Formats: sequence, C-alpha cells, structure tokens
Amino acid sequence: MLDLRGYGPMLLEGASLTIEVGLCSLVVALVLGTLTALAKLSTSRFLRSVAAVYTTVIRGIPDLVLMLLIFFGGQVAVNNAALALGYEDYIDIDPFIAGVLSIGFIFGAYMAETLRGAYLAVDKGQREAAMAYGMRAGQIFWRVMVPQLMRHALPGLGNNWLVLLKTTALVSVIGLDDMVRKAGLAAGATKLPFTFYMVVAAIFLLFTTVSVLLLHWAERHYGKAYRRA
Amino acid sequence: MDFSIIADNWPLYMQGLGLTLQLVALSLVIGFCIALPLALMRQSSIKAVSWFAWGYIYFFRGTPLLVQLFIIYFGLGQWEWLKTTWAWDLFKEAYFCALLSFTLNTAAYSAEIIRGAIAATPHGEVEAAVAYGMSPFKRMFRIILPSAARRALHAYSNEIIFMLHGSSVAGIITLNDLTGVARLVNSRYYSPFEAFLTSGLIYLCVTFAIVAAVKALENRWHAHLRPRTA
Repeated sequence: MLDLRGYGPMLLEGASLTIEVGLCSLVVALVLGTLTALAKLSTSRFLRSVAAVYTTVIRGIPDLVLMLLIFFGGQVAVNNAALALGYEDYIDIDPFIAGVLSIGFIFGAYMAETLRGAYLAVDKGQREAAMAYGMRAGQIFWRVMVPQLMRHALPGLGNNWLVLLKTTALVSVIGLDDMVRKAGLAAGATKLPFTFYMVVAAIFLLFTTVSVLLLHWAERHYGKAYRRA
Repeated sequence: MDFSIIADNWPLYMQGLGLTLQLVALSLVIGFCIALPLALMRQSSIKAVSWFAWGYIYFFRGTPLLVQLFIIYFGLGQWEWLKTTWAWDLFKEAYFCALLSFTLNTAAYSAEIIRGAIAATPHGEVEAAVAYGMSPFKRMFRIILPSAARRALHAYSNEIIFMLHGSSVAGIITLNDLTGVARLVNSRYYSPFEAFLTSGLIYLCVTFAIVAAVKALENRWHAHLRPRTA
C-alpha cells in the first residue's frame, strides 16, 4: 500500500509546523482584525482612513508577493536599521516569524471586514441598554457585544481560517520547513513526488474537514439563543 | 528607493503582466466551461454522478493551489510510462502545468458558486416556466441560468480576483509571470522593495480594474432591481 520509505515522521513534523504557523497567524490576524475593525468604526477620520487604506491595499495584492516583500524587504530594513544603530553583524530574519507576521498581516484585513460587519449586525438597542446600565466601554465590548457579534462573525471567520490554512503552504517558498517543503525534500530523495504531494493534499483535506466540523459545533454554541425548532 | 531599477526592468514587468493576464483569462474561460457541467452534475439525481462532482469540488477547494500545482508539475514525473507518451510534451512544460492546475482549481470554486446561485432560484420562476410548457432544457438555459448568472456575479467577481492573486504561484515554478519577474529582479539587484512593490502595485491596479468592470456590469444586469428614481 502506501510506502513512505521512512519519511512519514518527517512529514508529520512538517504537518505540526503547518498547524503552528496557521494558529499563530490566526492569533495575529484576529488581534489586527479587531483593532482595524474598531478603527473603521471609530469617529476619528484619521483612524478610519488608515484602516481603509490597509484593508484595500492588502486585499488587492497577492499573498505570495506580500510574503516575499515582508521576508526579503524586512531583512533589508532590519539590517539597515541595525547598521544605523552601529550594529555590524548581519541579522537573519527567522522565516517562521516572517511567515506568521505576513500571513497575520494579510488576514487581519479580511478579519477586519468580517468583524466590522458582525459588529454592525448587533442591534443598536443592546449597546444603548448596556450604556444605560452604566457599563464601562470595555464591559460593553466584552460582555454585551462580543457574545452577540460572534454569531454573525463565525461563518466569515471560519471561511477566513480555511483560506488562511491553505495560504500557509506558501511559507515553504521562504524556506520554512512546513509540510509542503518536507514533502519536496522527501520527494527529491525517493523520486516519489506524486506520492508525497498527494499525502500532503490528504493531510490538508483532513485539517479542513476537522475545522469545518469544529466550526459547525461553534456556530451551534453561539446560536443557541436563536435555535429554531 | 532606486527608481532606475524599475524603469530599466519595466518592459520585463509588462511581459510578466501579459503572462499573468493570459494564464488567468485562459484558466477562467476553460474552468468556467468545466464548472457549468460540474455544477449540473452536482445536482444530478444519479448518485455516482453527484458524488463524483462532490469529491472533485471537495478536493480542489480543500487543498492549497500550490500543492495542486506541485502534484501536476513535479508529481506526474513519477510515472515513467507517462514520459513515453505524447502527453509528456505538455506535462514537462511549466506553462501547461500552471494552466492545467489553475483551470481545475477555478472550475471547482466556480461550480460551487453556480450551484449556490441555481439553488437560490425563486421557485415561482421555475413554476412559471413549467406552466408555459418549457422543456427542462429550455427551462435551464432560458430561465434558471440567466437568473442565476445575475445572482452569481458578485461571488464570481471575487473568484476572478482570487484567481489573479492565486496565479502568483506560477512564479515559483520558473514562469516569468508578474511574481516571477519580481523574484528575478530581486535576485539580480537584491532590492526587494523595488522588485516586489512594483509588481504588488501592478496587481493592485488590475484588481481595481476588475472591481470597476464588475460594478459596471452589475449596474447593467441589475438595472431592473435598482430603486426607482422619481
């Protein structure tokens, strides 16, 4: 049957790195997305335009180009800055950090759009009632808005996560030892590229399937109050 | 910023843009031709047919385009017998492999968009077509598909943009598309900002052009839905 010539464990290591990159970028994207969504909803014209430029520009440029720009450009920028500060040694940017930051940066823009829409979908009266109770801004956000907007945001966030997970495959291009790169190494050594890339595809399908099941469960959880017969 | 690098390599960037647009346009057109039957197969009452379509869509939507490209470009070389056939003349070309994987990929996404749009057809429209005595074929091509096309337009415009951005992986398998050119310029001058920002901005312009074109088309197609001005 399936003979991986002893490269199975290496592939699994790559798979766990793929998950790590995915989850770390998700955290970065959610933080950036929340901040950007709040900026888009703010009364300050400056914040609103910064957020608008960020989401428009990021969504108009391919992930791969942005990733290469951040990885190679970041390298040059960091070294120039270090040189200016009198630091002589060459600094290598860690591909893990470059990958996570660029994917998080890209998906922050998509998350912002989803979160903004979900925030606006919550009835205005909920917020007003919370204010009438004398809740502080933080309390209103975390206790009243977040639990309700999650219901509207989950389908969009879930979609973004599925796209994000597939985007992690691109980190292999900037030299990170994820599953795709490991498969490439194994394929080179064994002359079985079809087998190894198909296994990678199967693992991605598994990740997607598990994510979809978890999302269904979460959507049921946040939709409890609205469940119909 | 050293603008002379950009100016010197501008013709190269334009060639890259040409290749990118060509790949995207061809794969969208061929992919759409596959997507339509695929969407109808998905609706079929024959189990085997609808399962096949489901499996196809599930595989291509659930795995990264990069992996699909690698399976075709690197993977098929594993089969020695394939190298003895005429097909190998095609499969050894990076261009053909990129076009094939983009086409198969966009076919899956488009099929899902078309299926969703067909499923959302108001039942009254179908009933009216039946009442007029239209055959199932006529019903599909005169009533259901034109109505679905209007609903699908917005989702499909997103797919066009995804394909434009997705096509950047062609630059990884030695093709000199817009991304490939940027990689080339970067490796030649070691000036990542000039190299990648230039192609990034060109991609941005193309994206804006697509958005504007779709908006114009929407205005036209959705004219009957526009609120009436007194």
